[in-house]
Amino acid sequence: MTQMTGGTDAVSIAGVDKVFETRSGQVQALSGIDLTVAAGEFVSLIGPSGCGKSTLMRLIADLDQPSTGTVSVFGKPAKDARIAQDYGIAFQQAGLLPWRTVEENIELPLSLHGAPKAERAARVAELVSLVGLGDFADRYPDQLSGGMQQRVAIARALAEKPRLLLMDEPFGALDEMTRERMQSELVRICAETGAAVVFVTHSIPEAVFLSDRVVVMSPRPGRIQEIVTMRLAATADREEGLREQHEFFDMITAVREALHQGSPVAAVRGVETR
Amino acid sequence: MADGLSRTGQIATPGLRRRRGAPARELARWGAGALGIVVLVGIWELYKLLGPADGLVLFGNRVLPRTSDLAMPHSWDMLARLLEPVTRADGARPLWLEVAVAATLTLGIAAAGWLTGLVVGVGLALVMQRWKLAEWGLLPWIILSQTIPLIAFAPVVRSWGSRIEIGAFEWQDWMSVALIASYLAFFPIAVGALKGLQSPDTIHVELMKTYAAGWWKTLVRLRLPAAVPYLLPALRLGAANAVIGAVVAEVSTGLQGGIGRILIQYAGQASGDPSKAWGPIFGAIVLGLVAAGSIALLGAMLGRYRRVEISG
Repeated sequence: MTQMTGGTDAVSIAGVDKVFETRSGQVQALSGIDLTVAAGEFVSLIGPSGCGKSTLMRLIADLDQPSTGTVSVFGKPAKDARIAQDYGIAFQQAGLLPWRTVEENIELPLSLHGAPKAERAARVAELVSLVGLGDFADRYPDQLSGGMQQRVAIARALAEKPRLLLMDEPFGALDEMTRERMQSELVRICAETGAAVVFVTHSIPEAVFLSDRVVVMSPRPGRIQEIVTMRLAATADREEGLREQHEFFDMITAVREALHQGSPVAAVRGVETR
Repeated sequence: MADGLSRTGQIATPGLRRRRGAPARELARWGAGALGIVVLVGIWELYKLLGPADGLVLFGNRVLPRTSDLAMPHSWDMLARLLEPVTRADGARPLWLEVAVAATLTLGIAAAGWLTGLVVGVGLALVMQRWKLAEWGLLPWIILSQTIPLIAFAPVVRSWGSRIEIGAFEWQDWMSVALIASYLAFFPIAVGALKGLQSPDTIHVELMKTYAAGWWKTLVRLRLPAAVPYLLPALRLGAANAVIGAVVAEVSTGLQGGIGRILIQYAGQASGDPSKAWGPIFGAIVLGLVAAGSIALLGAMLGRYRRVEISG
């Protein structure tokens, strides 16, 4: 159910190839990628290790540049969008600055861009409670568990109310229980903020639970194999119970079959089916 | 259990636990330090008591010193000598005061040298961090600079310095000493600062890039704080080097009034007054401790930037 809210698309990728120059020659990471993410839409990128899904996200973030083709974010070239702070980003590691408290870490992008002090404090307080870390605002990252650190990272990504969130396996390092809880929280947060999300993951259930559409990618050179639209409740209405329902398993099967299609072996390496 | 509950809402973390055990550990550290001194004094006195009067001579080389009062004064004599006047002249100051005054002068010169070394060292590190080409070009020369023996260029610095006169500014002799001290101090600081500035993880550097933060903002918010754990040991080393550099440079440029000068002067009087020569030696030790202690104080003030080091 792609909700076309009208106006500009959050992300628009056209004819993108990415070739890395390495010492042992050229490596084609991405080939012929076309993808559009509507405003407010949750899109997951899934595929085996080395299929270029992280690379694709880095192109959107302007941390790498495409070899050919164009990437635009809210109608602007990716570089302009980065400079204009149109997106928030979270990586697999929380990447918090160890000398800053939870509050100060969340505040970092705001203070870098010169937001007034009172406004900063209000926004940080709001975000701290949004990610449920009210009691830990003055703690340092080394005093937090992995899940809590990741929540701080997400709060930091949301600090400037971006209309686009880029997430590269943000729950990859967490245990399964924490992971499911974080997924439910992310669903809630996205519903509250209305941001579009590009979400890179290894996990089929995670992609299914979170997404409006799941982009299935094939191994090197990374291509889009299939885009599976999730026929489930609107993302905002998804709850824990969904994980045990038929439709959920049907969608998992659909994504799984899309993944297997392009693979000669039955088991797709690097994809977790848990 | 009670401990855990009394701190309601606080989770026990490695960091906190460490702080709770700190007083005991601190006491143990001071105890170990004191024990070290006691052991050293014990060995000294024991050898003096039991060792051969003429020392131990092997193949014509004396490998252990004579145990006479002239060669090895009693430790208590050395301490007592500190309280007696420097010379027999009327109104002579006690030895400890004379040493303290000299040590203070040297400390001031070493501090000036250390500060210069800090500015130069961090400046070089910034340039090398900013431009990779500068690192390739500069680093070998920085390392090479330390292979020149200090006593070789100390007189050169002095004679050059004496020719400098810019308007009202006139080069002072102590400045030559400070310059030589800074020459020794800047090296570990430059190397440590460069390593520290280059220490942030890719993830942090990329994060700053996504914030569209330029070099300067990245430096202030990321690289400098991340450099602190690397910089502190470098600063300590730099402080020790500055003190040594100042003392040696005082001797080789012949600067009056510092501890380097009285070290030589009192050593010359050792045949008549063996305990006196130990005064400036103790002074030099205290000087080194004060220098290292100042850095420890600086480290305590920068505690939050050392969390990785503490918890890791």
